[in-house]
Amino acid sequence: MGKETVEVRDVPDPTILNSQDAIVRISSTAICGSDLHLYSGFVPTMKKGDVLGHEFMGEVVEVGPDVHRLRVGDRVVVPFPIACGACASCRQGLFSVCENSNPNAAIAEKLMGHSPAGVYGYSHMLGGYPGGQAQYARVPFADVGPLKIESDLPDEKVLFLSDILPTGYMGAEMCDITGGDVVAVWGAGPVGHFAMASALMLGAAKVVAIDRFDYRLAIARENLGVETLNYEQVDVLEALRDLTAGRGPDACIDAVGLEAHSPSAILQAYDRVKQVTRTEPDRPHALREAILACRNGGVVSVIGVYGGFVDKFPMGSVMNRSLTIRTGQCHVHRYMPRLLERIEAGDIDPTCVITHRMSLDDAPDGYLMFRDKLDDCNKVVLTP
Amino acid sequence: MHANSAVTVLRPIDEVYGFWRDFGNFPQFMQHVLEVKVYDDTRSHWRAAGPAGKTVEWDAIVTEERPDELIAWQSAEGADVANRGVVRFSPAPGDRGTEVRVEIEYTPPGGPLGTLVAKLFGEEPQQQVDDDLRRFKQVMEVGEVVRSEGTPDGAHTAGLLEQHPGQPLTEDEARNVRP
Repeated sequence: MGKETVEVRDVPDPTILNSQDAIVRISSTAICGSDLHLYSGFVPTMKKGDVLGHEFMGEVVEVGPDVHRLRVGDRVVVPFPIACGACASCRQGLFSVCENSNPNAAIAEKLMGHSPAGVYGYSHMLGGYPGGQAQYARVPFADVGPLKIESDLPDEKVLFLSDILPTGYMGAEMCDITGGDVVAVWGAGPVGHFAMASALMLGAAKVVAIDRFDYRLAIARENLGVETLNYEQVDVLEALRDLTAGRGPDACIDAVGLEAHSPSAILQAYDRVKQVTRTEPDRPHALREAILACRNGGVVSVIGVYGGFVDKFPMGSVMNRSLTIRTGQCHVHRYMPRLLERIEAGDIDPTCVITHRMSLDDAPDGYLMFRDKLDDCNKVVLTP
Repeated sequence: MHANSAVTVLRPIDEVYGFWRDFGNFPQFMQHVLEVKVYDDTRSHWRAAGPAGKTVEWDAIVTEERPDELIAWQSAEGADVANRGVVRFSPAPGDRGTEVRVEIEYTPPGGPLGTLVAKLFGEEPQQQVDDDLRRFKQVMEVGEVVRSEGTPDGAHTAGLLEQHPGQPLTEDEARNVRP
């Protein structure tokens, strides 16, 4: 209900507002690392009383008059970007930049030039839609987004199709991995984990995880067999040069985003002061390092969330060394069906990132534990 | 007051032109327009919400019309809000649909003082035209104005400061906005 304050409150049940809406009774929802950016107050245009949450699934309990594909009783996973399916961006598969789903596009345009799609529970700048950390949610464009789950896979295996699994997958896909590629991933949280798993599925020869929390590196090492680097213990640039005999990783994935920490006390202090004084909203340590580490002609893939502006961006390194930067909020709709197939085939088990299962009533504790990494907290799943 | 704005709509030009030319459709996407009665090929009567809860009315005359290309209009003598404008349609390059460009000029009731009052009530003409074209695109591409709980009436930049929180509406709040 304010910066660093999340409360459980009774609100009205959602109702149909547009003819293509569905109402979903939520069976499972999760706290995302990007919810922590809202929690910490780094995303502008939050309002007291906003319902958070953009990773959720459940059962359809009501549909609007223009919903034809979904029916009451269907079990669905809901993608976090709201997309109309009819605009030029959606037709090209660029669902997270849907041109019609953000009624507050005018605010986003002022900050970003053009507006991305609306997102559940992610500020008024991205639409003012209530989120899914709730018992019920209204889901616009119900025929376009929600993925029907027709098998009896448990919620925990499919819930992350809503965001973090496709987000990690897109991070790896943007690397255009070919045989023999070495891929380094900054951030071994759940999104980083799925980026690593996807890089291996897409044929990477070696994957390197970079983080400062040993418990997260251990999850990656044990489940995926990747190399790990704790940036508080080693010089990452040097270690990556060693691992690749001087070349640098073929692709570098930033799965950290705007609240990165730096082992360099001076850079950390510089960015932290600028962020606190609101002269630089984002701290781009991971991104800077990913750029410097990448081999000449390689790809830097950015899936960590940025909100505004960054300072000291090593553009000279990008330009002179022919790097390609690829980025975007995940076009979740595009990846859901193929990743569901991967889960059904047993190629990937998304449950390995979950460390905490809680009741929705305990969500405030979940936010605190996740933010402060208490009790080796990696991913919190909430049940209403 | 003068405003111009433009939008690209992913629909064929004859459909976009045809929808606009049927002025009875305007209340679907123009925030302030409450009702349009079409008298004949060139004359229509408009009723719109003005500042401070007042209703304003005028007759409009189509002064020039070129199918799939252009519609120009101006208000008739005796309008509460004297206004004139032109909308131009052109095919967007490739398969990108139709470009719609609008120019509007109007004199709010009460002359310069009225202009000031309108601005005090958050009625920026430029924002209004931008919002209306955003809503026009939504109506053309998805069939209706897109609503969030923060913006139950759809895109309305002037209302940003007093938006509803991003939480479900009460029964009473929802009653007026259901499809």
